Amino acid sequence: MSSGRRIIADFIVYSRGYIRNRYGLFFGLVFPVILILIFGAIFSGSSGAVTVYVQNQDTSSTGLATQFVSALNSSGTIKVKMVTLSENLSNYLADHSASDGIIIPANFSANYYAARHVVVIVYGDPASTSSSIVFGTVSGVANLYNLELFNGSTIIDPEKTTVNTQQTKYIDFLIPGLIGFSILVSPMFSLVNVSSEYKKTKLFKQLSLTPLTKMEWLTSKVLWYIVLSAASFLLMVAVGVLAYGAHITLTLWLLPFLILGPTLFAALGMLVGTVTKEPETAGVIGNIVTFPMMFLSGTFFPISIMPHYLQTIAHVLPLFYVIEGLNNVMVYGNITNALVDVAVIVVITVVVFAAAVKLFRWRED
Amino acid sequence: MIPIEVSNLKKHYGKVKAVDEISFTVSEGEVFGLLGPNGAGKTTAIEILEGLRKKDAGSIRVLDMDPWEDGYKLHRRIGVIPQGFTFFEKTSPREAIIYYADLFGIKTDPDEILKLVLLEDSGTTLFENLSGGQKQKTGLALSLVNSPDLLFLDEPTTGLDPSARRAMWEVIRGLKAKGKTIILTTHYLDEAQQLSDRVAIMNHGHIVAMGTSDEIIRQHGSGERLEIQGSEELADFLRANTEHNVEFSNGVISMPLKHKTDALAALEAVARSKLEWGEIRTQRDSLDDVFVKLVSGAVDERGEITTESD
Repeated sequence: MSSGRRIIADFIVYSRGYIRNRYGLFFGLVFPVILILIFGAIFSGSSGAVTVYVQNQDTSSTGLATQFVSALNSSGTIKVKMVTLSENLSNYLADHSASDGIIIPANFSANYYAARHVVVIVYGDPASTSSSIVFGTVSGVANLYNLELFNGSTIIDPEKTTVNTQQTKYIDFLIPGLIGFSILVSPMFSLVNVSSEYKKTKLFKQLSLTPLTKMEWLTSKVLWYIVLSAASFLLMVAVGVLAYGAHITLTLWLLPFLILGPTLFAALGMLVGTVTKEPETAGVIGNIVTFPMMFLSGTFFPISIMPHYLQTIAHVLPLFYVIEGLNNVMVYGNITNALVDVAVIVVITVVVFAAAVKLFRWRED
Repeated sequence: MIPIEVSNLKKHYGKVKAVDEISFTVSEGEVFGLLGPNGAGKTTAIEILEGLRKKDAGSIRVLDMDPWEDGYKLHRRIGVIPQGFTFFEKTSPREAIIYYADLFGIKTDPDEILKLVLLEDSGTTLFENLSGGQKQKTGLALSLVNSPDLLFLDEPTTGLDPSARRAMWEVIRGLKAKGKTIILTTHYLDEAQQLSDRVAIMNHGHIVAMGTSDEIIRQHGSGERLEIQGSEELADFLRANTEHNVEFSNGVISMPLKHKTDALAALEAVARSKLEWGEIRTQRDSLDDVFVKLVSGAVDERGEITTESD
């Protein structure tokens, strides 16, 4: 019980100091949000045209279907990508994490010239604004064709079909990546810094003269970075959803990552700070450990776009499993895979935490 | 119970004998000063007593405990200001006291402690904005949170300006008046003299002198001397006509007095010489003189030895 009281007392003093130091708050909370805004702006809103996968099944020689497709393409609101006849369009969309597609039926030109009703199937996600843009464009072009020959009576008739593949956008990857970034950076840099500084200024010696134990001290730091990561998480999700309409699944399965992540990196920072003699050396070693992890773990982009050897390196970095796990929960909803990530993180955390506590000395011989 | 008992304490770092076979005891209610230049081994010795360092050999009992083995228990009963005390920058003295009270599981009135160390006006200033003296007083305040009877003050006034130092002395005297046993290290002679009941002078890991100021002067000082302003010629005359060991420098003739009556014989010889002479006085070594002699030099503000003698 008295151990809990001491952890709370230390937590209060540390968190108050952290909040009073505006730099810490900036890097802990504001900086990741700025990154979301910057990267989101760079990669999301580039052209405004929605990519649509079109399969033209009309192989007749009239050229009407081809004309219709190029009319769609020149609308400026959608960008057409042709899909060959050998593909099943709805499977093709699923494979490409896309939801927008159009099928021009085989009897398209024959029916049109015969003034017979013909249905153009438009695949889309009812919840997505891009899908309404696609449907609106197709309807508009169809209307023109209907007006041209038939005074506006409905011959070409676009029909909506719902596609279940969630369209995954860059921002959807970016948010878990940057949550991983903030889970890594704040506890890691702070603990490297604090543990080497306290050793140099003899603050640890000072604390060793009180009933506070080093285990209690480390626990209160871990608790604070869990709180900070949770706050940073909520802020980033809110910005991602409000500013870029990110698709994010919020479930309790996120908790293991938000708890284990800060624990792991606080302990890792502690370990680096405690095995190095001078604060300067600690800072350098801290950077050597942190920076590769920051760029190679799928933080700013999915690791699938990296060359194979870098992907192999990524698999030995602890942060990779945090971000992969967050992606599995937030983007893919794949809990089974997320549990594998949790298991890997638990093992690394236990090892690092135990090593940090073992090597960390209040006093010297 | 004797609060501190040290016998033949030894601590070596490689070839450096930081503390080499020192022994002393500190009795209840006493202020004991460890005086010496930097590198004399004061801090190593005091940190071993606090349980922050491990001894190599010798026996120590602090409040009847082994400081290293029983450190966790001992720390609840002692108060410490470590050398170069620092604290969390964004914490005020008042918050620091509450923090320590929570750690010790003690109900305490922060204002009372602030008042005791003359810090009531800066209780809510963040540590980083305090002056050197206020920082040291914060350290003292924290060392008092668990109401210890035994206090370790490691260079409590190093780096402070003279008025801050005097204010700190004031506080320490107040604690002595409350009956606390205090062991303090310092390289300021006046500080040791002003505050301590007994002083141990340390140099190169040894205690070279120990006792009250008077005892140390009696043991290690030169005793009483007769000093006469006069010429070298007079000095030569006295050398030839008395049995004293006469020294001459800068126009002052100096001779040690074994007995008071030696002075009469010397003055009679002066009169017989018919030579010019000026002021006459008797002189004895101050603690300052003894200290310079024992550590082979004077010690400056930062505790470094400045004038090596031959």
